[in-house]
Amino acid sequence: MSKKVIYGIFDDEEVLLNSVKEVRSKDISIKEVYSPFPIHGLDHALGLKRTRLAIAAFIYGCIGCATAIWLTYYIMILDWPMNIGGKPSFAYYLSMPAFVPVIFEMTVLFSAHLMVITYLFKCKLFPGQKTSSPDPRTTDDKFLMEIESDDDKTISTLLKKTGATEINVKEIA
Amino acid sequence: MYTVTKNTKLISYVLMAIGLVAIVFGFTNDAHRAWPSLMVNNYFFLGISAFAIFFIALQYVSEAAWAIPFKRVAEGITSYFLVGGIIMLFIIVAGKLHWNHIWHWMADGIMDPNDEHYDPIIAGKEAYLNFPFFFIRAAAYIFGWWYAAKRLIALSRQEDTEGGLSSYKRSITLSAIFIVFFGYSSSMMAWDWIMSIDTHWFSTLFGWFVFSSMGVTGFTMIAMVAIVLKRKGYLEYVNENHIHDLGKWIFAFSILWTYMWFSQFMLIWYSNIPEEVTYYMARWDNYNALFWITSVINFIFPLLILMSRDSKRNFGYIMTVGVIVLIGHWCNVFLMIEPGVMKDHWHIGFTEIGMFAGFLGLFLFIVNKALTKAPLFVKNHPFADESIHHHI
Repeated sequence: MSKKVIYGIFDDEEVLLNSVKEVRSKDISIKEVYSPFPIHGLDHALGLKRTRLAIAAFIYGCIGCATAIWLTYYIMILDWPMNIGGKPSFAYYLSMPAFVPVIFEMTVLFSAHLMVITYLFKCKLFPGQKTSSPDPRTTDDKFLMEIESDDDKTISTLLKKTGATEINVKEIA
Repeated sequence: MYTVTKNTKLISYVLMAIGLVAIVFGFTNDAHRAWPSLMVNNYFFLGISAFAIFFIALQYVSEAAWAIPFKRVAEGITSYFLVGGIIMLFIIVAGKLHWNHIWHWMADGIMDPNDEHYDPIIAGKEAYLNFPFFFIRAAAYIFGWWYAAKRLIALSRQEDTEGGLSSYKRSITLSAIFIVFFGYSSSMMAWDWIMSIDTHWFSTLFGWFVFSSMGVTGFTMIAMVAIVLKRKGYLEYVNENHIHDLGKWIFAFSILWTYMWFSQFMLIWYSNIPEEVTYYMARWDNYNALFWITSVINFIFPLLILMSRDSKRNFGYIMTVGVIVLIGHWCNVFLMIEPGVMKDHWHIGFTEIGMFAGFLGLFLFIVNKALTKAPLFVKNHPFADESIHHHI
């Protein structure tokens, strides 16, 4: 028997969500779900792990903070000592308040930009990237569930029963 | 319906008794020190309850559903406002009678060019800082805020019995008007009651600085009371999703407070103008430890502890941060009021901490009593069902 990919197409996100729960409760693994917009609770229903983007953002923020501390130290104290606020202390810790806005901005800059880049990278969204969605209607008003299996008959009936309006089966080599 | 247990009552009575002893002790021992302590502790809880009014109004204006399950908690906290406001008016009148010397500009002859105590800078502010206008303003804030709270609670109770949308719509109108009034009057309250203690000094963002401090303590108190009630088995619909949102608010307002604190500090530090910098010199020289403690614990603890999602959803973490933040912001209020009155003769001893206990007891007593008056869930609120299913 050859491996097949089954596309169940839905009209409504609530129906899709219930169908996902039904399918998963039967121990059938869902490869992917395509939707025109984020569906609340779908990640949980699909059993996806929570994103680690927040941890990455924290690390990027720390890198930005450290970079800014080094940058202000190098520019304002080490390389060309500056008289800051009429208080020529030439010590980093005494001139620190003047550098806090820079440190804050750099932290935000690093955190935000690197987070976006990480997101695009992880989602493989490069310029010129072709869509991975099997059906262009998922960018408009349809929801699509993609399942890979040998036994397309049972899955098709199950999807039909849980509310799919259309089933497409494709053989993959 | 919520009933106050004997233990809870006993705790608030014991705290109030400690407070009473502290007040008697403080005023017989050193009245000059007891007055600002009374002011600090009264203002601290007044700010919390005033913010709770703002919180309720904010939920109406933004038509938000997430806060409905503990709306009655916020309503209960507002009930302290009138008591705190009356004590505040008493402190103001006592200032005019020279029982206390919290507001330096109330001193006799300070605005009279022929008097030996004449101060031309303070005399220049006479159009705003004169007792009749000052008292009328204070009475207007207290009456306006109290009236808004009273009406909002009355409309909410009416909704409980009658249902329908009419009280909800009227609440939105009232809240919108109140928020505009509060926007101006909370800043003016900060200038009047707190900034004018250091009469020569002024800061343009002081109102928001005080507001952000009120915000942190207000959200923290709402979250802590909600968690305590939840642990006692009330507030069946409050779950970690609602507390998560409150935790976000505590986090966000702590950052806002730090932003305000630092903006004010850095501009004054940088420009180094004598009439501005004296404010911080007084705090730096005589209150150095407190100055550092305040700025660090009000920023670092909420930032690091409440940053992650899991900790905001954990009741124990929120309670821990809550206690730290309440202590930190009490120190912040202390630092805003005491240096202008006590100069370098400040203490944190039985007078201050005992009075804090007393006001805490009074606060708990009034809030507990108010919570028993109505069901803890607003079942006829149009968003009641949505709020039960709140999920983030």
